[in-house]
Amino acid sequence: MFKWLDPYAKSETLYHLCGKLLPYLMVSALALLLLGNIWGLAFTPADYQQGDSYRIIHIHVPSAIMSMGAYAAMASAAFVALVWQIKVAHWAVLAIAPIGAVYTAIALITGMAWGKPMWGAWWVWDARLTSELILLFLYLGVIALHGAFSDRQVGNKVASLLALVGVINLPIIHFSVEWWNTLHQGASITKFAKPSIDPSMLWPLLISILAFALLLLALTCLRLRTAILVNEQHRPWVRKLVGG
Amino acid sequence: MVSRIFLQRELRLLARQKADWLNPILFFIIVLSLFPLGVGPEPNMLRIIAPGVVWIAALLSVLLAAERLFKDDYRNGVIEQLVAGRQSLLAFVLAKTFANWLSTGLPLILLSPVVALLLGLEQAALLAMALTLLLGTPLLSLLSVLGSALTMAADKGGILLALLILPLYIPLLIFASSAIEAASMGLNYQGQLAILLAMLLLALALVPMAVTSALRINVS
Repeated sequence: MFKWLDPYAKSETLYHLCGKLLPYLMVSALALLLLGNIWGLAFTPADYQQGDSYRIIHIHVPSAIMSMGAYAAMASAAFVALVWQIKVAHWAVLAIAPIGAVYTAIALITGMAWGKPMWGAWWVWDARLTSELILLFLYLGVIALHGAFSDRQVGNKVASLLALVGVINLPIIHFSVEWWNTLHQGASITKFAKPSIDPSMLWPLLISILAFALLLLALTCLRLRTAILVNEQHRPWVRKLVGG
Repeated sequence: MVSRIFLQRELRLLARQKADWLNPILFFIIVLSLFPLGVGPEPNMLRIIAPGVVWIAALLSVLLAAERLFKDDYRNGVIEQLVAGRQSLLAFVLAKTFANWLSTGLPLILLSPVVALLLGLEQAALLAMALTLLLGTPLLSLLSVLGSALTMAADKGGILLALLILPLYIPLLIFASSAIEAASMGLNYQGQLAILLAMLLLALALVPMAVTSALRINVS
């Protein structure tokens, strides 16, 4: 069933695929990011309770969703890498980790900036905030664990294993606002029910979420290409490519 | 059969290297006695912070014991022989975990009445503390065995180990201290205990597999 995927496990094919996709991803991500954020930050009506400060959701919500999405992608890559012993998947894990960490940090910082006027405090020890902070620690743990081995092969595998173990945190973050009745508000966008957010605010938000997802893909392609070149620097095709 | 031999070996090693398990216990008591000195000996204050303090001290002392779990076995080639040989690696991991719990988790449970005395906890809270320790310390042992297996070949193990496993301890800390807190206010805390048990069972099913693959990766 997945035979058509096999060629992409080869680093050279994947390098060229990423190179082909990169411009499309980057341009569409940046265009949608500009559209979604300008629309959301400047042209949507103000909230009847929160006034203008709610507008930060156009950055906060996409980065929070994609911080978990990036972790899911990283863990899937780790699973593929460990089960089918595919080298490029290990490099994908390490390519995604810093991007996910930055998304998580953006979600935490924008959340704090919103929490100050709304809740009256920069930080509260609420279930969702705490579990998002743990997510940041997990990303940093994966990066640090990889860096601690002088043998890069072993470092890759161990980091992938840790990424897989940390998956346990994803459902905890996602359901934290439903399991514990805490300060962080519940979801305003759901797949099944009618969203509790007004359409005039929903559309720019959805565009921003898509933009963050595309940006994640684009940056992953970029970093994966670099990782392939670094790891395969002694291969003939790389030598030919860089003209060395 | 094999696991009994492994367990005997672990216990014999622990009996010969007493510092490996005595130091974490001493550390636990010392950390606990620092809190009244730091925040003041006010009994009401101590009673409020006691649940969290007990659990944080437990986490740190388990972490202290975790660092050396696989180091010696890795250096003198035992792990390599086990991976190469036909013996079940899983039996080795389970024996290691059980021995770690016997030497660090069980003493903490046995010490809990003394701790309650030091921090002025009441009877109900003492029972809750003992129960959360009973359910929580095996989970701590499982996670520290995992962290130790991941970092055994790393160049700088110590701090890295803390960075890896302390985040994984956080859910345990939250539910355990909230159980003790509920008990000290006379509330029902079966819900928290059920969640602790669920976490323990999940970890018991999955963590040993992750540890065996971590051991395999590190010697390949």
